[in-house]
Amino acid sequence: MDMKATKKKLGLKEKYAHMTRGLGWETTYQPMDAVFPYAKFEGIKIHDWERWEDPFRLTMDAYWKYQAEKERKLYAVLDAFAQNNGHLSITDARYLNAIKLFLCGISPLEYVAHRGFAAAGRNFPGVGPRIACLMQSLDEIRHAQTQIHALSNYNKYYDGFHDFKHMLERVWYLSVPKSFFDDAYSAGPFEWMIAIGFSFEYVLTNLLFVPFMSGAAYNGDMATVTFGFSAQSDEARHMTLGLECIKFMLEQDPDNLPIVQKWIDKWAWRGIRVLTLVGMMMDYMLPKRVMSWKEAWEIYFEQNGGALFNDLARYGIKMPDCVKQCTVDKEHISHQAWATFYQYGGAAAFHTWSPTDEEMDWLSAKYPNTFDKYYRPRFTYWREQAEKGNRFYSNTLPMLCQVCQIPMVFTEPDDPTQICYRESEFKGEKFHTCSDGCKHIFDDEPEKYVQSWLPVHQIYQGNCFTPSANPADPAFDPMLEVLKFYNFNLGHDNMDYEGSRDQQNFNTWRGLATKNV
Amino acid sequence: MAVNALKEYSFPIIDGADKFHGRQLLYVGWDHHLLFCAPFAYCLPPDTRFGDIVEKMLPHSFGYHPDWQKVDFSTATWLKSGQPWQPDMNKTLAELGLKHKDALRLQTPGLMGIGGSCS
Amino acid sequence: MSTVFIAFQTNEDTRPIVESIMEDNPGAVLDEQPAMVKINAEGKLVIKRESIEARIGRSFDLQELQINLITISGNLDEDDDTFTLAWNN
Repeated sequence: MDMKATKKKLGLKEKYAHMTRGLGWETTYQPMDAVFPYAKFEGIKIHDWERWEDPFRLTMDAYWKYQAEKERKLYAVLDAFAQNNGHLSITDARYLNAIKLFLCGISPLEYVAHRGFAAAGRNFPGVGPRIACLMQSLDEIRHAQTQIHALSNYNKYYDGFHDFKHMLERVWYLSVPKSFFDDAYSAGPFEWMIAIGFSFEYVLTNLLFVPFMSGAAYNGDMATVTFGFSAQSDEARHMTLGLECIKFMLEQDPDNLPIVQKWIDKWAWRGIRVLTLVGMMMDYMLPKRVMSWKEAWEIYFEQNGGALFNDLARYGIKMPDCVKQCTVDKEHISHQAWATFYQYGGAAAFHTWSPTDEEMDWLSAKYPNTFDKYYRPRFTYWREQAEKGNRFYSNTLPMLCQVCQIPMVFTEPDDPTQICYRESEFKGEKFHTCSDGCKHIFDDEPEKYVQSWLPVHQIYQGNCFTPSANPADPAFDPMLEVLKFYNFNLGHDNMDYEGSRDQQNFNTWRGLATKNV
Repeated sequence: MAVNALKEYSFPIIDGADKFHGRQLLYVGWDHHLLFCAPFAYCLPPDTRFGDIVEKMLPHSFGYHPDWQKVDFSTATWLKSGQPWQPDMNKTLAELGLKHKDALRLQTPGLMGIGGSCS
Repeated sequence: MSTVFIAFQTNEDTRPIVESIMEDNPGAVLDEQPAMVKINAEGKLVIKRESIEARIGRSFDLQELQINLITISGNLDEDDDTFTLAWNN
């Protein structure tokens, strides 16, 4: 045998082939269809799973090595941050309210993503995607754990960090991100991959993690920027998985195109609605701002997404129709969202506030077409009233969209002074949506969305009180009881930042940190 | 279109008219007054007099706005599901044919919100 | 031609990597942001193992890039010697 004995190591491609493809087999005790029951019902046709490409060619041994290195770096920073009272180095404690929203609304979704990718890895018959989904599943639980761990330090000092899991399953605004993942998780594995792997990871997470985390750095939050970028170092792999998955489906069979296009249209819109919260965090909640939501949208969605859809055009994929509306919405949604939380700030587990003159001038410069005309008068009026002791808190529950579950705050694409109302009927009942995008999604699968757990409707059905609440008591205050059900520390977690315990503590502690007492 | 599923896909509507203990939902928005970010949701018995909503509930919800005291209900107009609709203040929701989850829009021409900004 | 990009955390590990990329891709544009450095290029961006090794004076596995990577855009192709991002349009 003429074998070359000096060859030490396998090349990247050979190693990847052995450690992924080489680990799969055809089942014999049971037919493959019985072992992988979710592989076909969505209508996606796959002829050859071997054609799946993972351009990173990452194998489990390398995965553990690099992930361990990331963890060592992360925990060294977290320890240093905690030991050196890093929480007093942030620009202003107002900033932490964005992080409370992140902990309650985003970190638990990392955990759901962990479960979803574990399920997708289990359900795909092909070895390539199974391995990639396994790694992503492990990444996602790492993200959930490191975020919770990093932010637990803030829980020692500030309000609103104490019960994110309980809140996620109950609180009105957290039903927005929760329902997004529930919707994806309850679909089949291919739709999950388009929803999370492609639309969320590839098209949208840049908007969440890149400018916002850079903003965390800008505001002195070393803990968040470190877990954020540590998580983001995995995202490049996730984005690649999402993109490869979509190309694989499109290359396997021409019949897959309309199904994939429908999912892209749906999940682009679902994701964009969820990102309304991020737009607000960037424009209103960072005391020092890196860029506006609109600028981030233009770089990461219009330019980068545009390049992506040009690339996918050769498969027949078109840019989702909703992009036309998004081009209008990018100048409005962050203001509409902050106005919403400002007036429902009595029922949120984070603080809200009036933007200062300097902040309004910045918004005006960044949004020359909309801010002064539509939004400055609103915020100015509220601030004047707050200064007179008449701070506005809405006292009536809002109408919600059946699909995105956001209150019906969005305006008509051609008229920013008019709330957009859309209505459908199904089995004799009316269902309301906030936009053509959400109405289209409802009308396509009404059986699914009639199950939406809409917080306002659940409150009115009497399902959102603690066991000790007694509606027969003459002193029964339903709104107060709902906030108890949410496990808010009333008067501390909610209401305006001005006058809050967070504000007082931060100012006192920072004062102590800079002088001898 | 039906949901694509492995098994029969049929689940109850969780917000159906039968789920509100004899009450029904009614949504009311006030056009061109976006100081209130979204229309409001009310949960009311079908024998609620429409005048009671206008005289008691809406002032509670919308009264913060300086335009509210200028609203003249003799000239205000209403839309139901986007179509013109004429209420009778002395009739009940049931008598007016208002169904569970109907959405009304109150229009008050001439009142254009804070500084004319529709806020 | 569409823009591809890659972003890294700003630190001492990535400084020689970024320098190598900028030298190997003459049209690339550096965009420095808080805690992050982003490199934009028209159409294509190539990262070469040898260039990085020449700067850091040790052998380098391109998969080490993942430790400090923040985001990428474009279709990726990676082998033992190069890490390439490109749009096919």
